[in-house]
Amino acid sequence: MTRSDVQLMLEVRAGDDASFEFLLRKYRAPLVNFLFRMVRDTATAEDLAQEVFLRIYRARRQYAPSAKFTTWLFRIATNLALNSIRDNRHRKMEVSLDAPANDEDAAPRELPAREMRIDERLVEQDRMETIRRAVASLPEKQRAAVLLHKYEEMDYAEIAKILDCSESALKSLLFRAYETLRVQLAPLIAQPVAHRAAEGRPS
Amino acid sequence: MKCEDVSKDLIAYLDRRSNSADRVEIEHHLLTCAGCRARAAEFRALWGMLDAMPAVEPSLGFDARVRQRVAAAGGRGWRGWVLLQPRLAFALAILLGASVWMAKPPSAQPGDMASGARSFEAIRDLNVLENYDVLTKFDALSELVPAGLPQASAQPADDSGGS
Repeated sequence: MTRSDVQLMLEVRAGDDASFEFLLRKYRAPLVNFLFRMVRDTATAEDLAQEVFLRIYRARRQYAPSAKFTTWLFRIATNLALNSIRDNRHRKMEVSLDAPANDEDAAPRELPAREMRIDERLVEQDRMETIRRAVASLPEKQRAAVLLHKYEEMDYAEIAKILDCSESALKSLLFRAYETLRVQLAPLIAQPVAHRAAEGRPS
Repeated sequence: MKCEDVSKDLIAYLDRRSNSADRVEIEHHLLTCAGCRARAAEFRALWGMLDAMPAVEPSLGFDARVRQRVAAAGGRGWRGWVLLQPRLAFALAILLGASVWMAKPPSAQPGDMASGARSFEAIRDLNVLENYDVLTKFDALSELVPAGLPQASAQPADDSGGS
């Protein structure tokens, strides 16, 4: 039988460390990903993700299932990321629009979907870096909203709770964020269609 | 519905999260407004691009560092984590067993004791061994005349020629 996150957390509260281990394994990857996209540095993202789990564990005895577990988890993560950015502790790692990409460590490990020629790979890397920079250049709250909406696939009510705003404000926030990205990435958005047309591939 | 109103609900519409009344209105507007239709198509393309962004993987030591921090913060001790990790417990047991086996002093064998005694005897007779050549070629022994034999016959042959 699959136990819900709330059930698992209630078991952690009762002293079951195996349930904490289960939650750790389930959420470490999405959490590290979310934090990496927020702070743009793998080491900082991992450090903050560890801090999130530590805070969850410390607060286990006071845990009350008033909201979804992920709301709590990502609310802690978002606050830590926003504080980290605002404290300028990781200023040097933050994206600069006229600076090259971060060090290689910050580059995500990825497997190409298919074997690409070297020129294709370079073009794709350049494309991905442009998208990353565009997302990273969004105001922090907009960025968090986009990441939670796009990658965590959360509903508006949950994202609004995490970001401590109304659903209406969240919709507006999301629209502004996507509109900014749409304008910034307009050349890339038009490119795939032209690229596929030139290669004679179906879209 | 005006373009500004559509903009407000366009994300929810594309996300299939708008209510049916809004959906009908937006669809009607998109049929008549080329600008909003193009924007909607670009949002879809943008989401496709964001989906293609590669994900990062937590490093191999991530779980261990979380456990370390939890333990340092007064959480469970190392025993608790070991119990949760059967493979780690097995590896530790193997390591402990191997350490005990390697640290065990060699047991005394009867053959070894006899060999040791022989070595001791050899050391004690070291003077004899060192003078082995002298003792084996000691001609003075051959000069000894056994009792009852005549003195002349006991003379060495090389002495008969006189010196």
